[in-house]
Amino acid sequence: MKSYPMGDSSIVALCDVTLTIRQGEFCGLVGPSGSGKTTLLNIVGTLDAPSGGSATVLDESVGALSHERAAELRNRHIGFIFQTFNLLPVYTVYENVEFPLILLRIPSAKRRTMVMESLELVGLADRARSRPHQLSGGQSQRVAICRAIVKRPEIVLADEPTANLDAANSHAILRTMERLNSELGTTFLFSTHDDKVIRYLRRKISLVDGSVASDVVQGGKGDGV
Amino acid sequence: MMAIPQLALKNLLGAGIRTWLNVIVLSFSFVAIIATQGLLEGMNDQVAQAMIDTEYGAGQFWYGSYDPYDPLTLKDGHGVVPPAIDAAIEKGEATAILIVQGSLYVQGRVRPVLIKGIDPGQTVVRLPSSRFRPVPGEIPALAGARMAKSGGMGVGDYVTLQWRDARGTFDAQDARIAEVFSTTVQSVDLNQVWIPLDTLRRVARMENEATLVIARPGFVPPPAPDGWHFKSQDDLLSDIREVVRSKTVGSSVVYVILLLLALLAIFDTQVLSVWRRRKEIGTLMALGMTRLKIIHLFTLEGAAHGVLAALVAALYGIPLLGSLARDGWELPAGVESYGFAIGERLFPVFSVGLVLGTTLLVLATTTVVSFLPVRRIADLKPTDALRGKFT
Repeated sequence: MKSYPMGDSSIVALCDVTLTIRQGEFCGLVGPSGSGKTTLLNIVGTLDAPSGGSATVLDESVGALSHERAAELRNRHIGFIFQTFNLLPVYTVYENVEFPLILLRIPSAKRRTMVMESLELVGLADRARSRPHQLSGGQSQRVAICRAIVKRPEIVLADEPTANLDAANSHAILRTMERLNSELGTTFLFSTHDDKVIRYLRRKISLVDGSVASDVVQGGKGDGV
Repeated sequence: MMAIPQLALKNLLGAGIRTWLNVIVLSFSFVAIIATQGLLEGMNDQVAQAMIDTEYGAGQFWYGSYDPYDPLTLKDGHGVVPPAIDAAIEKGEATAILIVQGSLYVQGRVRPVLIKGIDPGQTVVRLPSSRFRPVPGEIPALAGARMAKSGGMGVGDYVTLQWRDARGTFDAQDARIAEVFSTTVQSVDLNQVWIPLDTLRRVARMENEATLVIARPGFVPPPAPDGWHFKSQDDLLSDIREVVRSKTVGSSVVYVILLLLALLAIFDTQVLSVWRRRKEIGTLMALGMTRLKIIHLFTLEGAAHGVLAALVAALYGIPLLGSLARDGWELPAGVESYGFAIGERLFPVFSVGLVLGTTLLVLATTTVVSFLPVRRIADLKPTDALRGKFT
């Protein structure tokens, strides 16, 4: 459960949500705005904590995590992809992707290898020296994906990853993520109300007013699009 | 974490013109502080050296109740030079000065003066006593340039000196201006006339007497005999140093204002930076940076203004202040009213302590004002930051 105080009362964002997401899943939280998708994603990403009940991520109780421990968990095990890309503007593509590895104190030579491998995975090795403002929306999101997966996290959380992209770029991005999921075994959890994304999901969890309305395993149609 | 300074520098340089405007303003403060303090240190040194060379030496023996700031003490402020001090005078390690109150008649006007007697052969203080060029029947006199100008006197002019001798009898005699000397030390110039010591002793009936005895710099004076007391160089310079110190405080206001303006600019930049980069802060949190590290990063970004300002200040400050130290600063006419023995040029002194102290001051204050606005990050929730909200 997650509620936010609002004056004398409180707003319930999530209620009676019971879910288990397994390693390697490619699933999404689907629902209209205000249904609690992002709130749930934030809790899984240890950016927020539940007000009631419990949430366990990678065997750690999110509510009991200290700020430092939560940061370490995100640093080592969780990658984020945002709707607005959230690339660091003064860094190059290479430096943006390298950033999580610097936080992990990975040696320079190894960092270079990991960054270039990841950039090649998303087809952006030739844009390593570019700055975010020199990239298209699709390229920016691919850099964001690259930054999320460069440290080979167990979980990648993607909040409306295609909301700022056109159809062609959306499909390209989703195919990339689908490929990374199958090649690296990374768990992908989306928050979306975009039909294009929904078609790629292998598990669709529908949220309505903060509760799980349905939890459907589907084929995932990415390859067919 | 090793990477934070690099990230801070990258962010700072990435901010472009905003950074450089702050850095340039801060560098002005940097150079202004060092220049002002250097000028004051130079003035202190220059004044002290001029006073030592011309008047104070290593210190002075004063007779009885003599007080240079109280003319009434002159009447009884003279006595026979005791043997211990006389021996030092004989060896050229000290020189006696006799001071008698008198009047000077010049250009039809009368003005009160101090008639000072000094040994023509002395080399203890830098006064042109060897220029008396005695002529039988005349009293040769030296006057400082300010005294000569205010009295309308020139070399070769005759003036009338009047005084009261030791018995209280008024006496007067013509004196010829043998030399008009230029000095930066007003206290050996204004309202005084120098004549040979023996002459003054004779006409004032104060044989072997002196008001004060100046010790040569480097000479270790003997203990003060009865009736005399020794004023050390530090004692004599204390008033001057106090005045310089008070002027230092006064001039500090200018650079404190400059520094505050620069710090205000950095403070504003930091406030704006934290506000504009809320989403970036949220992203950094999502990527696994702790709040403490983010505060560290933003504080370093602000503090790096100080480092860059020091480098920029060095770029133009070293040649600028170097030439000022080498060539001095030409003082404008009328600076005599400043009240110091500065001379025509003021040579600033830029000590290592001054430069290091200023650098530390600027870096410390920059760090503090950089930290103040970023403290808010400590209370920022990652989810709010990602939404661009401040809690």
